[in-house]
Amino acid sequence: MINTDVVIIGAGPTGLFCAHQLGIIGLKCEIIDNLDKIGGQCIELYPDKPIYDIPAILECTGEELTNNLIGQIKPFNFNFHLDERVEEIKNENQKWIIKTSKGTKFNSPNIVIGGGVGSFEPRKFSVKECEKFEGKSVFYSVKDKTIFQDKTVAIFGGGDSALDWAIELSNNSKIILVHRRDKFRGVQSNVDKVKKLEKDGKLEIYTPYQLTSAKGNTSLESIEIKHEEGEIKSLKANYVLGFFGLIMKLGPILNWGLNLNKKTIPVNTENFETNLKGIFAIGDICMYPGKLRLILSGFHEGALAARGCFKYARPDEKLRFEFTTTSKSIQSRLKIKK
Amino acid sequence: MPKIKYIEHSGKSHVIDVPNGLSVMEGAVQNNVLGIDADCGGSMACATCHVYVKEEWFNKLPQKEEGEEDMLDLAFEPKKNSRLSCQIVVSNEIDGLVVDLPEKQA
Repeated sequence: MINTDVVIIGAGPTGLFCAHQLGIIGLKCEIIDNLDKIGGQCIELYPDKPIYDIPAILECTGEELTNNLIGQIKPFNFNFHLDERVEEIKNENQKWIIKTSKGTKFNSPNIVIGGGVGSFEPRKFSVKECEKFEGKSVFYSVKDKTIFQDKTVAIFGGGDSALDWAIELSNNSKIILVHRRDKFRGVQSNVDKVKKLEKDGKLEIYTPYQLTSAKGNTSLESIEIKHEEGEIKSLKANYVLGFFGLIMKLGPILNWGLNLNKKTIPVNTENFETNLKGIFAIGDICMYPGKLRLILSGFHEGALAARGCFKYARPDEKLRFEFTTTSKSIQSRLKIKK
Repeated sequence: MPKIKYIEHSGKSHVIDVPNGLSVMEGAVQNNVLGIDADCGGSMACATCHVYVKEEWFNKLPQKEEGEEDMLDLAFEPKKNSRLSCQIVVSNEIDGLVVDLPEKQA
């Protein structure tokens, strides 16, 4: 059990800056994210796209913003728990017990949900039969590539994940690459490689086709794919891999007893606390009159939520307002040497 | 004000007056038309405002950018007439536009 002052759910820009504000006021926190990397939507959806509306930053990419936010909290040495999703929370003696998908447990008076629009999960095939084979013959990521040795693998998707695996697995497997349109959006070098592999007879490419059916008893035996114009092809396949990016799902948060409004959590605008004492929501996931879904609004919300956490973490102390420019105690927390 | 018709997968339809300059996505979200999620808020980064544009309208709309076509790769059951509704800006020219909503967004 890890004891801390605040558990932050979501390592996006809002969660990161909230951690900074907690560090400034002398609180500890632990940061959990379902993704295997830090940065949330900034890193998953638009790492290379420019952002122009961060105050005093003329232009930066999602990745640059993330790296700067990580740099800013470095002095505090907060722990990250990545690739872990918070599954359960319960209240015991005025504290929250938080349990993740990997079984990590936390005990904290405060939880800050900076969960964006939910946690990222792979997008799946719309074909119903795929559910039956999921985890056995149908996968959305590769954990153990040795199972594909000498088998026929149908790979769906047009981005680099699909192309990378088509190239890699073509060494030891028969590969069928299927995409909904003729153009692949992966990098040109990958596109060139798969075209060459096709020419050399190492893999087959079917475009513009989509999956319409998956057949087999216990394990997958064949699939059907449908051309944009309606023609259907039946192909033998032992495995299917789908790479359609990630989608955000609210997941277990729905079961925690929080008031919800569609996919958002109503909060007060004084400290962004939810209907549950000690649980705060900031960033895209929170809702209040006038809410703007901007990163800068998330920063503001995180700063106030951090102050809201203080009263539960240090019930006997009074928080004194200080500026970073002049406060010796803040500067020592930031490990600034002068 | 232009009228946009949204037809849910169930067949239920909504005709909404959407001011010029808003996107077809915003017209739905602001008027509680279910079936358009728009998780990313309209930045062409999530493909959860996916719609099918009625054939007679498809070619009348300004063409897709490449980024939109890339995102449609990730949409739930994309078809030839698929668009992201956040990228269709409402104007008098598209008064009467009809869009079908997919069974679900993901």
